[in-house]
Amino acid sequence: MSVLTRTEQPTQTGDSGASARRRSRRRRITALLFALPTLALLGALVGYPILYSFFRSFFDADGSRFVGLGNYREMLGDPSTLTAIRNTAVWVMVAPVLLTGIGLVLAVLTEKIRWATAFKVLIFMPMAVSFLAAGITFRLMYDQDSHRGALNAMTVAAHNAFTDPSPYPGAHPRGTDILRHQPDGGYRTAAEARPGTSLTLGLVGIPPASLPDDARHPRVPADSTVPGHALQGVVYLDFSLGGGGVPDKVDAKERGLPDTTVQLTREGKVVATTTAGSDGRFSFTGLASGSYRVQLPAENFAEPYEGISWLGPTLITPAIIGAYLWIWTGFSMVLIGAGLAAMPRDILEAARMDGANEWQTFRKITVPLLAPVLGVVFVTMVINVLKVFDLVYVIAPGPVQQDANVLSLQMWLVSFGGGNNQGLGSALGVVLLLLVVPAMILNIRRFRRSRS
Amino acid sequence: MSVHDIAESSPASTAPTPRQAAEGGSPRHRPGLLSRLAGRLRGGLVQGLLIVVALIWITPTLGLFISSLRPSQDNASSGWWTALTRPATLNLENYTQILSDSSITGAFWNTVLIAVPTTAAVVILASLAGYAFAWLDFPGRDAIFLVVVAMLVVPVQIGLLPVARLFGTLGLFGTIPGVVLFHVAYGLPFAVFLLRNYFADIPQEMLEAARMDGGSEWLIFRRLILPVGRPAIASLAIFQFLWVWNDMLVALIFADSGSQPLTVALQSEMRQFGSNIDVLAPGAFLSLIVPLGVFFAFQKHFVQGVMAGSVK
Repeated sequence: MSVLTRTEQPTQTGDSGASARRRSRRRRITALLFALPTLALLGALVGYPILYSFFRSFFDADGSRFVGLGNYREMLGDPSTLTAIRNTAVWVMVAPVLLTGIGLVLAVLTEKIRWATAFKVLIFMPMAVSFLAAGITFRLMYDQDSHRGALNAMTVAAHNAFTDPSPYPGAHPRGTDILRHQPDGGYRTAAEARPGTSLTLGLVGIPPASLPDDARHPRVPADSTVPGHALQGVVYLDFSLGGGGVPDKVDAKERGLPDTTVQLTREGKVVATTTAGSDGRFSFTGLASGSYRVQLPAENFAEPYEGISWLGPTLITPAIIGAYLWIWTGFSMVLIGAGLAAMPRDILEAARMDGANEWQTFRKITVPLLAPVLGVVFVTMVINVLKVFDLVYVIAPGPVQQDANVLSLQMWLVSFGGGNNQGLGSALGVVLLLLVVPAMILNIRRFRRSRS
Repeated sequence: MSVHDIAESSPASTAPTPRQAAEGGSPRHRPGLLSRLAGRLRGGLVQGLLIVVALIWITPTLGLFISSLRPSQDNASSGWWTALTRPATLNLENYTQILSDSSITGAFWNTVLIAVPTTAAVVILASLAGYAFAWLDFPGRDAIFLVVVAMLVVPVQIGLLPVARLFGTLGLFGTIPGVVLFHVAYGLPFAVFLLRNYFADIPQEMLEAARMDGGSEWLIFRRLILPVGRPAIASLAIFQFLWVWNDMLVALIFADSGSQPLTVALQSEMRQFGSNIDVLAPGAFLSLIVPLGVFFAFQKHFVQGVMAGSVK
């Protein structure tokens, strides 16, 4: 051994039994010295806390009274703990499956490209990032305001590509004399109108600056100029900068509301639809005599589409799982990729030679051969997901934190974050520990097998 | 099921596939023009799909980075992507701002003071213990090691309350040494497991030879085990460093406002997320620049470490 050529002790040849025993005893002492600091730390800070937590979980909040299984019972009756249990269950059922699946697909696909290394580095990179930084990143992505949150900017853009945004959100009549509110959000004239008349429909509630640039001041047609088979009128903003106009009258500076959808109804049914011109004028012609009403349907006034409430109470858990996938997919992909690389190539080749297509090879050969690796990834992810804390704590905004609650966050909230109930906190810790016991047994078995 | 069984039981080995039939010849022929074209097309699809995935993965970080370079009124009024067409609006103002904020820089140094000693302690203790578990005899060795294996998955949550109490009586609560001790203890099971397995693979003859030479165990440890185990130790050190650097939960409980690391300091700014982007975005970037540097510098070890820890 070249590393040991300069030993302090001279080599002994012809060991006597006594000196061999002495040496082995010395080795035993060295061993204890080597292992002792580690064992002491593990005993004091891991072993003892486990025992203490079990013990403590049978006492009440301040530890003065023995409550038996009371804390565990309380868990099942406490709504926020129940939410935490439910969400943790969702996490465990969804995240590991998705991570293993996506990792598998990406690992197989990257085998087919030349820039595989660059791709893997990119996907793996978030692993190095803290949950806090990832959380801030995703808070930004998920922001409700589509002017700030990238995801909602895309959702809104996609939505508006298919449906035109309403022209005058929030506009409404001044009173109820002329136009009456309809249950669906539109407005209909209070009085019936006959052909050969004209109507002035004034709206308020939006700033004059929000009108389109081409909006012009309308000239209201006099009843005498309207043909007997027609019904005409203007939709206009009954307000102008500086104010001073007369309500329900088209004053000099007031402008029409271009592109407003106007409908004509008879006995409650829509019989014609038109769109107001740039001066807000509309006209229905070719009408039979009778009485009609004019309505401005709700589509003119709908609030603009605001995108998806990613951080709202309903979607918060899926949203956080999304961020979690961003972080951990690299792990699963790299691990599965290593399993793929270690797979005997000739089997795949043989299958292809025999005419198996990609899908068959993947399903019948790749996946079964990878099963052990997939299992490892899956179990690792289940354990990690059970402990998820930081990401939930960081991404869920204060008011929805309760909706996003998971066991380890609840444990923190109960014990440190204001709850200060160490009995319940300990019980939650014990539950978390019990949940990983199967993984513990699995690890021990696997280790024993690998050694034998 | 053995590899052989799988290949045998696959129907692919017996039934001819439609494609084979279409090519009308022996499957061992070179693929025809049509199937080559189909292959190209599929390759293109795969490339396209992976490019999309790559874009999805890069977007959040890009968004964070650009936001960190934008004035706060810009962040409040428009999305970071609008800056892509107007790069002139970007500047380092936010960074100079937070770098002159002593609570942020102090937290940065606390992070260093927590992560570096933890990593050193875990590496040293786990190397010693790993060697003892792999090559030295002591009473109950194998049983104790099984306990360490069991501890691999013990959640830190179980330790929070009891250790907080313990540290309270010892005067370690709210101090950097307390945070370090907790991290070391919960880092050790994985570290010992990893190194013990690596050291156990060192050929027995090498050790026997060294012992025959009469080297003390300490000498063997220093001159043989440490050099041979360097790759595993490097992976471990990188991992341990990143875990502790990125930790928030432990520090949230065991550190006070004077000893808190960057993650906790930034977390306290989260309450007013919307109006604090000019602090949070550069702060988050500051906190991830070190891990990213470590990641890119030691990529190989990093990946090896992931695999050593799991595929066993």
